[in-house]
Amino acid sequence: MRQILTLALVFSTIRLATPLVLAALGGLYSERSGVINIALEGLLLAGAFTAASVTYYAHSPWVGLGAAMIAGALVAYILALACIRFRADQVVTGTGINILFIGLPAVLSGALFLSSGSTPQIPKENLLPTLSGLLPGFMPHWRILTEVSVMSLLALILVLFTRYVLYRTPFGLRLRAVGENPEAADAAGVGVNRIRYVGVVLSGALAGIGGAYLSIGQSSLFTRNMAAGRGFIALAALIFGKWRPVQTMLACLLFGFADALTIQLQGVPVSTVFLRIAIAVLIFLVIWFIAHQLSFLNRSRIIELVSAAVVSVIMWRVVYAVTRGTQNVEIPVQFIQMIPYVVTIVVLAGFIGQSRAPRALGTPYQKER
Amino acid sequence: MLELRNITKTFGDVLANDRVSFKVEPGTIHAIVGENGAGKSTAMRIAYGFYTADSGEILIDGQVREIRTPHDAIALGIGMVHQHFMLVEPMTVAENIVLGAEPGSATSLDLRKAADEIRKVSDEFKLSVDPNATIETLSVGQQQRVELLKALYRRAQLLILDEPTAVLTPQEVEEFFAILRGMRDQGKTIVIITHKLSEVLAISDNVTVMRDGRVVGNVKTSETSAAELARMMVGREVLLRVEKPDAKPGAALISLRDVSIVGRDGTKRVDKVSFEVRAGEIVGIAGVEGNGQTELMEALAGLIPGAYVSGSINFEGRDITRLDARARKELGIAHVPEDRHRRGLLLDFSLAENTILGVHYRKPAVMGPGGILLDQKGIQRRTEQVLRDFDVRPPSPDLPARALSGGNQQKLIIGREFELPPKFLLVSQPTRGVDIGAIEFIHQKIVAMRDAGCAVLLVSAELEEVTALSDRLLVIHNGKIAGEVDPKVTTNEEIGLMMTGGRRS
Repeated sequence: MRQILTLALVFSTIRLATPLVLAALGGLYSERSGVINIALEGLLLAGAFTAASVTYYAHSPWVGLGAAMIAGALVAYILALACIRFRADQVVTGTGINILFIGLPAVLSGALFLSSGSTPQIPKENLLPTLSGLLPGFMPHWRILTEVSVMSLLALILVLFTRYVLYRTPFGLRLRAVGENPEAADAAGVGVNRIRYVGVVLSGALAGIGGAYLSIGQSSLFTRNMAAGRGFIALAALIFGKWRPVQTMLACLLFGFADALTIQLQGVPVSTVFLRIAIAVLIFLVIWFIAHQLSFLNRSRIIELVSAAVVSVIMWRVVYAVTRGTQNVEIPVQFIQMIPYVVTIVVLAGFIGQSRAPRALGTPYQKER
Repeated sequence: MLELRNITKTFGDVLANDRVSFKVEPGTIHAIVGENGAGKSTAMRIAYGFYTADSGEILIDGQVREIRTPHDAIALGIGMVHQHFMLVEPMTVAENIVLGAEPGSATSLDLRKAADEIRKVSDEFKLSVDPNATIETLSVGQQQRVELLKALYRRAQLLILDEPTAVLTPQEVEEFFAILRGMRDQGKTIVIITHKLSEVLAISDNVTVMRDGRVVGNVKTSETSAAELARMMVGREVLLRVEKPDAKPGAALISLRDVSIVGRDGTKRVDKVSFEVRAGEIVGIAGVEGNGQTELMEALAGLIPGAYVSGSINFEGRDITRLDARARKELGIAHVPEDRHRRGLLLDFSLAENTILGVHYRKPAVMGPGGILLDQKGIQRRTEQVLRDFDVRPPSPDLPARALSGGNQQKLIIGREFELPPKFLLVSQPTRGVDIGAIEFIHQKIVAMRDAGCAVLLVSAELEEVTALSDRLLVIHNGKIAGEVDPKVTTNEEIGLMMTGGRRS
């Protein structure tokens, strides 16, 4: 256990959650305005590729970051144009963008770098710095400064900024209103589609920044399909976080933690005791969820919890009997790699019961004229 | 204050407004009446900038103005309360009211200042609305007052109200009218769109009558009558009252004992309801919408899964609680659903196909061994019969149901269900969105079914409709039967009180 629960796990969690937070915040601006943004994955890739390419030529991560932001915004503008102006199906358009950005970087990298899908390595001094890189010589032994990227700080600031914008500014009020009831917003004199354009473009800019972090922050080059589903996990976090900035960040941290755990667990023997407890907890959650879904139990929380507890104690006995005598086991790496995705599915399927999407999400707004 | 001059507007091939002209005097309450589709809402939506007119001009205080968006209208002091409220439900009253006209700067929204301002306006017009309440926790009447506040907060001098009383109980209507009169006395001008003649006479100073997209009359309310207005609206003499002989009820056909229904979210929608309907009588259920009527009717039609229904339903002495919709239909239970688009029709299917919905598996719709083939001739014959008997226009079986007006869609459904033929008839909101001429027709058909010995259970949000048609009237409140009244002697006040839980009898 010592080997797993270390400070390194905390930093790893922050690192891995950062691109999720940025992408999910992007999704928030778009979805709160009523436009489904399933294109986050493609926007991350667009940002990542642009950041790596531009940084390679410009020798400055800041220029690369800016370019990624603009690239994300431009791609999102295409999405906005299709979904808002031409009222295309938002899911189909978003999926199209995702597919486009699996292929497009490969083509462009062939033209720019004569490679098939990746950019050249970028020297370390041209990557986005950690906090201590920003403040050289300040508290050189603080690991939080040497381990955490400046982008993680930026992500945190953006979360708080978004919360302010959403609930404390006229723009935020309009954004929420437009996503919830565009007719009402229109009747109140709010330009529905204009707000939606802004929401979607902001979404692209933020996801672009998230992508930049993937290629020139966490890594040092763009590799093919390097987002690896993070755009979709960010979307899941957004739903789990009920489309609210701080809750969404917490959801991203949960998914980041699952991801970090994956890295830490690989090749490490786990004590049987821990494994038994983990299995019992898992079963408890599953049974509780099933009990919760069955309406004939009359929705009594006590019955749900007791039945879940009884079943998990029984299962714990079974697992105990099976694993008696063993000390440590090594979990197959395939199972470990499943963790972040399983967590996503479990969270989405089981615990978001009351998460309520903006009501107009996915419906184009058209005035009858 | 407001003047429309020769406003013309088409939607596709439909001429919605044809050279509409009228004038609203400042400081008056001006009613615009007409049947559905007469173009009253269209005209006012043009005045509010929701639609742009093809031609014609709008004058505000004697000057020609261009109103392209609601934003322009608001700037000119026009406010509109729509039939379907334009409120963002998860937000607070204050947020809804300031939306689009936010106080404070672009970087900070001053909701506290807004709340104070709203309270002031609310007190001034005696609206008693709490600015910090969330919209979804408010009653419909309160939500409507929020809509009024929204317009007043923007300093509207002219308020356009589209069918404002459709969702209110009789008591709420009284309060609402008192508020409107108060507003008029403080110098506001009010335009009220409605099709209820009694309300026109009760509240307005002047009336504009519209028919088929045209203005057919401008009169002073004090110089007209309901009969005259109805004649102008429809273009012929209309029977405003339902003429029906006394019922001659037979034996109890259907009886409910302690029927309770829970919704999918686990809340109780209908709570231990017991009553019976006899052959040859119309039993009406009055109540504010959302008090369990929908669930009760759907449960009787067999549309709610048995797991959500408890108690027993007996039909001709047989327990049908667990039977599905088809089995019930075969026993002779017909259902005219409240939402004709959701439950009643397949809008993109032809009239012929819609006519055999529910009887599509038996004669005359099918032929061949085991009925595996559709009998096109049989369907054709039945469709023509329904279209003729129920005066569905245009009577072309191949037209998609979508192409019909609301009234004709409703007549099609009623025809389909009435020609089953049923022994027990469930009718929900039979005349919602149906114009006066068709209402008269539908009412006569319902009474004719009763006189032919059919048991009828009727739910309607229109209090006048249930009182006029029913032989016995039950009032439902909060899922419970609050009491039974005799529709011949009861008053709107008595029913209204029971509808809101004010008294049990």
